[in-house]
Amino acid sequence: MSLYASRRRSNFVAMTLCLLATFIGIVWLFLILFSLFWNGVPHLSLSTFVEMTPPPGETSGGLANAIFGTVLMTFIGVGVGAPIGVLAGTYLAEYGRYSKATPTIRFINDILLSAPSIIIGLFIYGVIVVPMKHFSALAGALALAVIVIPVVVRTTEDMLLLVPNTLREAASAMGLPRAHVVWHVAYRAARTGILTGILLGVARIAGETAPLLFTAFSNNFWSASLLKPIASLPTTINSFINTPDANMKQLAWTGALIVTLAVLGLNIAARILSASKKQS
Amino acid sequence: MTEKISIRDLKFYYGTSLALKGISIPLYANKVTAFIGPSGCGKSTLLRVLNRMYDLYPNQHAEGQVLFDGRNILDPDVDLNLLRARIGMVFQKPTPFPMTIYDNIAFGLKLYETLSKSELDGRVEDALKRAALWSEVKDKLNANGLSLSGGQQQRLCIARTVAIKPEVILFDEPCSALDPISTAKIEELIDELKHDYTIAIVTHNMQQAARVSEHTAFMYLGELVEFGETSKIFTAPRDSRTQDYITGRFG
Repeated sequence: MSLYASRRRSNFVAMTLCLLATFIGIVWLFLILFSLFWNGVPHLSLSTFVEMTPPPGETSGGLANAIFGTVLMTFIGVGVGAPIGVLAGTYLAEYGRYSKATPTIRFINDILLSAPSIIIGLFIYGVIVVPMKHFSALAGALALAVIVIPVVVRTTEDMLLLVPNTLREAASAMGLPRAHVVWHVAYRAARTGILTGILLGVARIAGETAPLLFTAFSNNFWSASLLKPIASLPTTINSFINTPDANMKQLAWTGALIVTLAVLGLNIAARILSASKKQS
Repeated sequence: MTEKISIRDLKFYYGTSLALKGISIPLYANKVTAFIGPSGCGKSTLLRVLNRMYDLYPNQHAEGQVLFDGRNILDPDVDLNLLRARIGMVFQKPTPFPMTIYDNIAFGLKLYETLSKSELDGRVEDALKRAALWSEVKDKLNANGLSLSGGQQQRLCIARTVAIKPEVILFDEPCSALDPISTAKIEELIDELKHDYTIAIVTHNMQQAARVSEHTAFMYLGELVEFGETSKIFTAPRDSRTQDYITGRFG
């Protein structure tokens, strides 16, 4: 009986430690969200979305140019990166599955996936900003595209590998050419998974700061030109939070709240999408 | 009886291991030929040679001859897609595509023929009727193929195969995942289909082989032990191994 009691005791201790660890693990998210809401909500208003970033000494101003810049660069980044990623992932899973080069390509892609994003920013700085001689929204968007590619390659390949081979065989057995098998059968079966991957890619780059610092730089004014420097939420937060100006600090908090909610929303959307697949 | 397919001295390799050790069998036109034998004897492998399914995978190759209407389908210049459109296959596990019942059938058709909407509708209906599925699905053609029961899914796969009008249909254990009632339906169907198609069926169920086939091949360890009329194989086998297998003494 004492053996049983001691087992119960050690079980209780282990359980408590696990629960405690879990609590410590997730409490930060709630603390972050709480401080963002606490500091960001008071200044959240319509002017946040319609007014430009202010110079020091003002009492008004918003984040319109920064929000637009983030949306624009994210959009182009995904527009460029996602198709490349989907096609490369398709090659790995469908065409090159048994190729000797595939494990190597996959390994390199995984390295790219975990490469520090500031390195990617430096790379784009070297190949685009330096030759163009100035910062630009285009350079920022391409840096984001390079970050999206490995994310989408990985999820596309994983999702296509989940499609059972029996489906491919069945389609091939009807005399469908490989491209049709991929397009009509494999993509259809893996569609939600691939979309989820792209959405997670969007979430990943929407909050990136480092690759934009020396590609898109920043801009205190409205700009819709791809060839000029452009503001973005993360870089604006980065510069505004370091100023002594109270108004700008406030805007940095509000911007942080907006970015966080957007990324959180995208992640939740991706979750719902992949859950809806499992049900059907 | 004309030979639709003549398999001659067929050897098949998975990498370097020999899985079929020189098999020669005829498949007679408009007849059902059953392949029986214990697991690993090579009967599914043989079936997958007939539509060159093995070509999807690396390190698998076949030697010998498989004459289909006189033409060796193992020739490297054979167009695999056209070959597979003429030699259809139904798999062990029902594999409806993730699309509507209608599209499951129309999809393959549209690739090979230019059909108007009404012609397409007609062909889909025809295929579903031939697979004895029409009455069960005619009101829900836009439902997902995956929403059907296992037996219905398998008949959908048969309908899909029949729709593109092949000449030969290969069945790879088509009933092993189905209940007895669905199995009976598929067997009836095979009996119907042989009027228009040449059929090869791999089965683990010896009663099934006896019920549906005119000819039976008994294979063991990559070799053809015995081939002959089904009635003879099951009543008076010449080889003692065949005798042992059909009486359930091994396998």
